[in-house]
Amino acid sequence: MLRRGGLLPHQIGGGVMNRGPVIFFSAFLAFAISFFAFVLLPQTQIGRQPLATVDGVANAYPAARPGEAHQGAEIYRANGCVTCHSQQIRQTGNVFDVVLTDAGTNLTAVLTAMNNHLNPAVEFALTDVTNALPKTILKAVPTKAAAEALSKKFTEAGAKTDLRVMPVGPDIARGWGLRRSVAADYLYDTPPLLGSQRVGPDLANVGMRLPDANWHLVHLYQPRAVVKDSAMPPYRYLFTTRKIGATPSADALVFPAGFGPEAGYEVIPTDAARALVAYLQSLRVDASLFEAPMTAPAK
Amino acid sequence: MSACPTTLPTSRPTEACPAADCADVNASCRLPVLTLFAGAAFWLVVGAGFALIASIKFHAPGFLADFAPLTYGRVHPAHLNALAYGFAVQAGLGVTLWILAQTSKARLALPGGVFIGALLWNLGVLVGVGSVLGGGSTGFEFLEFSQAGSVSLFFAYLLLALSGVLTFANRTVPSACVSQWYLLAALFWFPWIYTTATALIGCVPVRGVTLAVIAWWFANNFLFVWLGLIGLGTIFFLVPKFAGRSLHSRQLALLTFAILLGFGAWAGIPASAPVPAWLPALSAMGAFLSLVVVIAVAFNLKQTVGKYLCTRSEPSPKFIGASVWFLMLFTLGNATTACAAVAATTGFTWLTPALTQLGLCGFFATAMFGAVYYIAPQLTAAEGCCARPAKIHFWLNLPGVLFLVGPLAVGGIKQGLALSHTATPFADVTKATLPFLRASTMGDLFLLLGALLFSVNLGRLICGCIKKCCGAAGCCRTKSEVAS
Ligand code: HEC
Repeated sequence: MLRRGGLLPHQIGGGVMNRGPVIFFSAFLAFAISFFAFVLLPQTQIGRQPLATVDGVANAYPAARPGEAHQGAEIYRANGCVTCHSQQIRQTGNVFDVVLTDAGTNLTAVLTAMNNHLNPAVEFALTDVTNALPKTILKAVPTKAAAEALSKKFTEAGAKTDLRVMPVGPDIARGWGLRRSVAADYLYDTPPLLGSQRVGPDLANVGMRLPDANWHLVHLYQPRAVVKDSAMPPYRYLFTTRKIGATPSADALVFPAGFGPEAGYEVIPTDAARALVAYLQSLRVDASLFEAPMTAPAK
Repeated sequence: MSACPTTLPTSRPTEACPAADCADVNASCRLPVLTLFAGAAFWLVVGAGFALIASIKFHAPGFLADFAPLTYGRVHPAHLNALAYGFAVQAGLGVTLWILAQTSKARLALPGGVFIGALLWNLGVLVGVGSVLGGGSTGFEFLEFSQAGSVSLFFAYLLLALSGVLTFANRTVPSACVSQWYLLAALFWFPWIYTTATALIGCVPVRGVTLAVIAWWFANNFLFVWLGLIGLGTIFFLVPKFAGRSLHSRQLALLTFAILLGFGAWAGIPASAPVPAWLPALSAMGAFLSLVVVIAVAFNLKQTVGKYLCTRSEPSPKFIGASVWFLMLFTLGNATTACAAVAATTGFTWLTPALTQLGLCGFFATAMFGAVYYIAPQLTAAEGCCARPAKIHFWLNLPGVLFLVGPLAVGGIKQGLALSHTATPFADVTKATLPFLRASTMGDLFLLLGALLFSVNLGRLICGCIKKCCGAAGCCRTKSEVAS
């Protein structure tokens, strides 16, 4: 037995920790706090989130994925596409475009406003006021207040303007999405395949970007047939290759010149491959939400 | 204050406790703990093998691509899960049970239960890894195992943890040591986080992103808090033994403990997560406050060791020393990348897996190697016999971790910078990153060789022990057992 007197004070600290129950309860307290903050609160805040209201229509967003796309999500999960692809757009902020939609009746007042408040290097003419409406008169105003102040000058002159909310950030500049992803976008996704890696491009909006089913099928069968030096693994096991029968199958993949199976053979997607592509085509985040506003580009 | 093994001035590193108790304690641990170690070694090799396969795919995407179970998206999670559950938890529990028995100077409670628990645990890992390879992954990182696998793991864990808690309850020395706080807390911690996560993901219908939050929360609580508790508990037990003196400050160790549990458990939600902003902000604060761990551990160990450790050339202290360095880098990296400003560039890049590997293979596995090379020879009555091959293992493990984590981290940062430079086409981002991924294959190769050597070393100890069993009348006895 060591005598207490033989030890320095810092060597006998934490004496109360020498009992099992104390260790148990201090660990449990830490666990409970962490559980409360990171499991319970998010569940009450976003777990019960209703579907969003879009354009005045309640419960409009997100739309449930149609059956085949839903099965495709399972193929996506089973094959671990999520290890290389994220489905989540980030955004650094918003900029605002001011759009002149209607010049009103007092054209000269609008022209004066244009010359006073727009690019001072340009001398606007009356035709600039009336031609090609609606037109963006100011691009990428960094704050909403500044954009509103400017559009006020025009409304005072009797014109009508629109304020467009344009999300910005590297992901958006790459064309991967229109706005940042928010919790509401994943309400139908179990599991939500957010991913943590971008070995390949983000796929949150791949359905919007690449709508062609044949492109996807060929890409899955042989990525390098459509993307030079692609680092994506091929998924030939989702396809069957067979000898062309009396009539070639309508489902057979159409390859670019120089790729595809040897002559006399055709590549047919399995149901899994078709479902996977239906899922990819269903990936689109294009609704403006209260927490992530944006103005969709004119169709 | 009464005698506590870590405060006993022991000068010989192999003498964990006075001879008479030691004999019994080691005898009671032999079969159960060695079973856990053997299972851990098996999954270490499997996990490292899968890692190598996954890595080779970046040299040739077509490599083993036509065999669905070995496609990248399955073999990669299989590798991480085999390492985490097969190796890390198993080795960690083996070491924990042994240290708890030693510091309590009590026989291991429920040795039969531990043996069955170990078998059940390996069955769970087998089922789980099988489900991932077969396409049954849940799609949540570190929770990929199918429900059958998770349930088996859960019950196995209860058996193993129960033994640890009962052993502590049976302690014949009245006080608890620093490492006992850590190890006991860890024993409790895992079932809490594991049931919460698997139940909410598998059974209760929670929706959408909340599921992802739970999965991130679990992954951090497992990778940082649980592995941290076990690893530090082991380090705080072993370092004083190596140095031949007691731990410098119990108060600092208590602070480390409190911070790791209190704030470490908040980290893990990525800065860019599509969730209400307070979540990642709170999480970043947790990660940042966890930096105290780095400072407190470093200072405490430095003061404990003084100039002693460096003069030792045994393999165990080498492993433990490297492990402490990896822990510091890991915590630092976690705190840095939790910053929203940094994460804007490093999020979704290879820096994230680099840090995971730094924690798992760098900090934790290295600490476990050190501990196993210290414990296994005592259990098999072969003290000092595997020092040379263990040293070779060290020189495979160290470059392994460095060649794995280094290129991934540098490549990840380059990838992040290239991704934020939107004029760079995606194909060029890939082209700039690939050389680093390919370089990291070297690390995977070293780690696989290390894993094989570790298994051989452990296997030789166990075989030697079995041979002695068959040769002599009694089972293998340690010198001290014979003496008693
Ligand atoms: C090893 C990592 C990896 C895995 C696993 C992976 N991909 Fe890819 N993916 C890439 C890379 C790299 C690219 C970019 C090169 C290209 O387009 O082929 C890519 C591109 C894509 C694209 C084109 C996106 C675009 O914007 O051009 C789609 C669609 C896609 N992958 C779908 C999938 C699906 C579906 C799976 C699962 C069956 C999958 N990927 C698995 C790495 C991967």
